[in-house]
Amino acid sequence: MNILAYLIPVSLGLGAIGLLAFLWTLKHGQYDDPAGDAARILQDDFDHHPKPEDKV
Amino acid sequence: MSATETPSVLGCPACIAVPALAERAGGKALASAETQLALPGIYCAACISGVERGLMAVPGVADARVNLTLRRARIRHDASVTVEDLIARLGRLGFEALPLDMVALSGSENDRTARDLLMRLGIAFFAMMNIMLLSVAVWSGATGATRDLFHLISGAIALPTVAFAGQPFFRSAWASLRAGRLGMDVPISVALILASSISVYETFHSGEKAYFDAAVMLTFFLLGGRYLDFRTRAAARSAAQQLTALEVPRAVRLTEAGEETVSVSDLRAGEIIVIRPGGRVPVDGLVESGESEVDRSLLTGESLPVFAGPGSAVSAGEVNLTGRLLVRITAAGKDTSLHRMAELVAIAESARNRYTSLADRAARAYSPLVHLLSFACFGVWMWITGGDVRFAINISAAVLIITCPCALGLAVPAVVTAASGRLFRAGLLIKSGTALERLAEVDTVVFDKTGTLTLGLPVLTDLRCHAPTAQSVAAALAGASAHPLAQALTKAALAAGVRPAEVGDLREVPGFGVEGTWRDQPVRLGRAAWVGADAGDTTAAWLRIGQAVPIAFTFEDSLRPGAEALVAALRAQGKAVRLLSGDVPGAVGALAGRLGISDWQAEVLPAEKAACVTALSRAGHRVLMVGDGLNDTAALAAAHVSISPASALDAARVASDIVLMGRDILPIAEALRVARKATRRIKENFAISVLYNLIAVPVAMVGLATPLLAALAMSLSSITVTLNALRLK
Repeated sequence: MNILAYLIPVSLGLGAIGLLAFLWTLKHGQYDDPAGDAARILQDDFDHHPKPEDKV
Repeated sequence: MSATETPSVLGCPACIAVPALAERAGGKALASAETQLALPGIYCAACISGVERGLMAVPGVADARVNLTLRRARIRHDASVTVEDLIARLGRLGFEALPLDMVALSGSENDRTARDLLMRLGIAFFAMMNIMLLSVAVWSGATGATRDLFHLISGAIALPTVAFAGQPFFRSAWASLRAGRLGMDVPISVALILASSISVYETFHSGEKAYFDAAVMLTFFLLGGRYLDFRTRAAARSAAQQLTALEVPRAVRLTEAGEETVSVSDLRAGEIIVIRPGGRVPVDGLVESGESEVDRSLLTGESLPVFAGPGSAVSAGEVNLTGRLLVRITAAGKDTSLHRMAELVAIAESARNRYTSLADRAARAYSPLVHLLSFACFGVWMWITGGDVRFAINISAAVLIITCPCALGLAVPAVVTAASGRLFRAGLLIKSGTALERLAEVDTVVFDKTGTLTLGLPVLTDLRCHAPTAQSVAAALAGASAHPLAQALTKAALAAGVRPAEVGDLREVPGFGVEGTWRDQPVRLGRAAWVGADAGDTTAAWLRIGQAVPIAFTFEDSLRPGAEALVAALRAQGKAVRLLSGDVPGAVGALAGRLGISDWQAEVLPAEKAACVTALSRAGHRVLMVGDGLNDTAALAAAHVSISPASALDAARVASDIVLMGRDILPIAEALRVARKATRRIKENFAISVLYNLIAVPVAMVGLATPLLAALAMSLSSITVTLNALRLK
């Protein structure tokens, strides 16, 4: 059962990384315009949005 | 766009093509002002780049970003750029744009709450997944120290999660308890707290059952429902704010120093303001000097303009048509008749808010029942086991968890979100949370005429009935005026290929018409009395050439697109259709005949409209009122549910539950259909959750419930109701 001592922290750590990534995207306004983001990937224009300053 | 980012911008080949870029790069730190525009017509990727490129090409614009979800654009620019420039620019590109008042738009409150809910949802999801991982091991037979360790870790994740992510429920449960009510959130909170604390106790006593997974799962599903619910409402709220922001209130005040543009809120009684042709009267007042015609259609429903000269009273909301008017203010701001009307509406509104939604009715029956059941279990098991508190509490907690209103909490929001999204794409904004349910009950539809079934734009009907000379003289005279009838005549003449005659000495007499000289004889086009004719009851402009008998050019209000199809569709759905208008019988009768509405009334006063709607409601009908004017406002508020077009007056839009964004009125039929379907789905969802409870609750009551069973029942019922809601197409 010693394997648990590694696996549990590892699984929790991976989950925590996922959570942090989610919070980061949330903080950078990536859920503000889902319809627009879906449309923008079809554009040829260079687009470096969303910029950090675009936060509402 | 700050200076530091310039290199990356210039590094992009596509951007160099944009001419304004060089200016932007040179200007630096340009963004001193921010403007938001509503873009009701955008829907695709091409629209986004069209709007953004178009705006960026305007000199002085630093940055433009379109939000397709909200149909809005945010533009940062320097002080030299005006909103009008931007709108004109987009207009040339073929995009309709409307300015938004930044003050009314301070809706970042909404964004923050939505983001907050989403964050709690994400945390609950993380916790749920991790605990589930550990729980699977316990379910599949981990025992002894391993099980205790897993429970301990689960608890260490679950307790902070429930404490943090469950806050929205705890807060609202506390609020409803203090108000002496048992809302849906009370059993939720009790279940969360009881499940967590009992699991902590069991963990420390090496118990077999810990409900940490159930508690966190409950939080996750309920937060999901809460988030959906909030997003639908926030979308509607911000749309309503957008609309109030559409009319940017400015007025030109005449002072000793000359004319100055001020905000309407700064106007005081006794001051004199200038109202230019085409402008909306912002206050109540008396005409000091100048002659013109005013369009009262929004206030009274009359489609014919009314003459206004020195001494005549004008009120807020009317539109000045032909001449410049100087108006002495008698009432401004909150004292205007327009505003008083809006306040009456607010009162009627609060009466309608007493409508109890299906969700409320379900919660009202559900909460006491669940508490009673759980408490009864506790008592009965105490008696059976002869005082084993731990066992009895375990059972009653299991009952609370199993009956968790997960499915109930999702049943309504999931359906309403699906339905509102569908209607939003059809161009309808649902402002009220219960509007769909009320719309589904409608059996009678009452329409206003001017501005609702018609566009309020006159169209010439009998150009070809007149002699060619009359046609060309009339076209020449009409070309000299901005009056709506004259413009309609010009348009019709142009379309028919009529060449305007050569009329000299053209002169517009504001409020009366246009006169001139044609082949040495005086010609006049205008009001019946002014050219020496008797006014009939149809909308007409009269033409007199020399001393000949005046002839009438008659007009008809142009039908709103989709009006005919809508009335036919409503008939097909079995609704009674009525037409109530403040306009003259001739015009109303003609329209009613054309649309096939047999039940119509003309010259109805605002109070009578409301009374008629109330009488219908008394007779047991559920009335949908569709109207746009101030004269409809009281009726809109009195009706069971109401719809107004986006072109309607503020007060009317405030009073209505649903706003129609596009010009086409046909989506109303779609709204009725979707509303009925949505209500059916909501009821089905309730039935599904009741069914789950009927099966699971007896199991929990006899003490056979396990954490695995609780988790299964919860997720199965939640997923079923969500899938059922998504069937709404």
